Amino acid sequence: MQPDCKNINLIIDGVPVSVPEGTTILDAAKKVGVKIPTLCHHPDLKVRATCRICVVEIKGQRKYKTACSTEVWEGAEVITNSPGVQQARKMVLELILAEHPQACLGCLRNTKCELQALTAEMGVANKNRLKKTVKVLPLDDCNGAIVRDASKCIQCGRCTEMCQEVQTVGAITTANRSMSYDVTTAFGKKLRETTCVYCGQCTTVCPVGALYEHDDTEKVWAALADPNKHVIVQTAPSVRVAIGDEFGLPAGTFSEGHMVAALRRIGFDKVFDTNWSADVTIMEEGHELIHRLTNRGVLPMITSCSPGWIKFIETFYPDMLPHLSTAKSPQQMFGALVKTFYAEKAGIDPANIVSVSVMPCTAKKIEAARPEMNDSGYRDVDIVITTREFARMIRRKGLDFCALPEEHFDDPMGVASGAGVIFGTSGGVMEAALRTVYEVVTKKELHALDFKAVRGQQGMKTAEVDLDGTPVKVVVVNGLKNARKILNEIREGKADYQFVEVMCCPGGCVGGGGQPVGTVRKTKASRMEGLYTADHKMNIRQSHKNPAVISMYKDFLGEPLGEKAHHLLHTHYTPREQQ
Amino acid sequence: MTVQPGQCNCAAESFTERDVVAIVEKYGREQDQLLAMLLDIQEASGSSCVLREWAAIVAREIGLPLSKVFEVLTFYSMFSTEPRGRYLVEICKSAPCKMCKSDEVVAMFEKELGIKLGKTTPDKLFTLMHTSCVGACDIGPVAKIGEDVYGDLTPEKVSEIVNSYREKN
Repeated sequence: MQPDCKNINLIIDGVPVSVPEGTTILDAAKKVGVKIPTLCHHPDLKVRATCRICVVEIKGQRKYKTACSTEVWEGAEVITNSPGVQQARKMVLELILAEHPQACLGCLRNTKCELQALTAEMGVANKNRLKKTVKVLPLDDCNGAIVRDASKCIQCGRCTEMCQEVQTVGAITTANRSMSYDVTTAFGKKLRETTCVYCGQCTTVCPVGALYEHDDTEKVWAALADPNKHVIVQTAPSVRVAIGDEFGLPAGTFSEGHMVAALRRIGFDKVFDTNWSADVTIMEEGHELIHRLTNRGVLPMITSCSPGWIKFIETFYPDMLPHLSTAKSPQQMFGALVKTFYAEKAGIDPANIVSVSVMPCTAKKIEAARPEMNDSGYRDVDIVITTREFARMIRRKGLDFCALPEEHFDDPMGVASGAGVIFGTSGGVMEAALRTVYEVVTKKELHALDFKAVRGQQGMKTAEVDLDGTPVKVVVVNGLKNARKILNEIREGKADYQFVEVMCCPGGCVGGGGQPVGTVRKTKASRMEGLYTADHKMNIRQSHKNPAVISMYKDFLGEPLGEKAHHLLHTHYTPREQQ
Repeated sequence: MTVQPGQCNCAAESFTERDVVAIVEKYGREQDQLLAMLLDIQEASGSSCVLREWAAIVAREIGLPLSKVFEVLTFYSMFSTEPRGRYLVEICKSAPCKMCKSDEVVAMFEKELGIKLGKTTPDKLFTLMHTSCVGACDIGPVAKIGEDVYGDLTPEKVSEIVNSYREKN
């Protein structure tokens, strides 16, 4: 709280309470132990106050006020749950339910749906007096990453806010008026005919089952059931600090051991780690940066790990593609190496390998499906599942996640450095790169490994690093609105950075579009802490010191940026039309 | 035959990207002139609509997401994203006109144009539709064509009015 911030005294349900000026009734009520129901409200998004479920009574006022959008004032007397208020809320809910299919059992969000929970809380189920007027609208499930089931939409507008204001992608919008008011795309097209980058942020804020990930778990079960297939799995850094949420662990719990055990019980032949290939990414991307710095290459160089971000720059800033590092993302590097390096080492025909990845991200599904991602001679990554789908598999398998023993990844693609672990948070790729680039350029040991200036959830973080006399200016952005700002600055020649890290989702992968439902800013902070703590505990915290990476280069790849590395680990980008 | 949604009409085909860009430029490519641009496009298109391809050009030229242009197009009832007739024949459906038997005026136009309410004539000249009050209750029931309002209507008068528009083409 600011020292000059005034406190406001008010009474909520007969209980006096004092809160800082500017607090909403919704938040003030929490202080006296009252949870006012919400639907369109999301703690990380701008207040819309369109659903009206949070109405409260104010003593002396005839009209009810929406608690989410009304700030407290001195002497206010709020009644949060009078019979009249209950009646009004029930009416709101009944109106929504009259248009809702209520096909809960078959819905992916069953038991994780805000509308369902509210209906149970308010005792409205089966007592709806209104005639059902459910609109059956076509299901948009053809893009392979995000499914939009408009029939279930309650028009709260959270996804619109996320897509338009936070991500500035502009794929989802509100349209029409009154009875026909709708959340849709421009001209009602399918998502793949819009500017959608598949970041999946809309799926994390949707209170119901109108937007969700394309479920690929059946494909994984089928591969696991095929005795002729050697099914390997890789897990992204941020999954291990998020999967615990699904099983009641406190936010940010580092549950790598349980996660590995669960994957083995599910039946994967090998459980590997994307952190390993994150280290490989640093080798390639780090050397690419040095190459650009010393050979007057295109600067600033921008990271290329985040596939939603890649689709964004391809769509909105195609002229700036030369700034992107040509290094593939860790997921794709892993995929290319598992069907070459690992297949060779293990003596397995790559044609029989099924490469699965567990990602915090819906855009990773699209990345794996990009036509050029087959440098191994096969699909580098065959199936991508999100953290949410992984949790579903654990449940289906009947595993008690928290009771599982803690196990370790398999060799050799399961050995990673602390630099690989922090790839899961905004600033992590930058920090990992600097830890390696510094030593490669200066030939000196780096003692202070923590680059705290690039950590945290701020949308834009800058730092200057001294590479033995050569200052390197870096900037880290997360969330596409911030990416847009930096790109505009670069385009206008106003930015003098040499290296830029961009992560598509606010907070980075810890807040990815495939992470458990209910991920908010606070959750992301805990996950970041979980990753940095894990990094801190590791003996090896720099990618170029990872023995499994060193030996892989020695035995298989040769030099970073070498011919083989170039063929397997680098890629190109495609300018895309906006409409 | 009437124009079906999604089906392009001849007038629309002669309206090109260059025409759209010219309108956008006329308003200095200013985002806050979006409404004026869309109205001009609708008027100049000859098909009283703003097609997706034209909206996309506007979006590109003024740097707005296409979805935002779509939001504006669907918010105002004066816009259509489906082709309509060159002239919109709008009959007032508000209470005063209704009580003066505006339904009979609808019937007069239906007969004269040979189409039902909500449809477009085969020559794509007229679309017959309802409108809310235009503020000319004293001469109600009224019909509005473009910016012109007609009242005290009889079948003869309707025929005369319609023909005057036919003669313009």
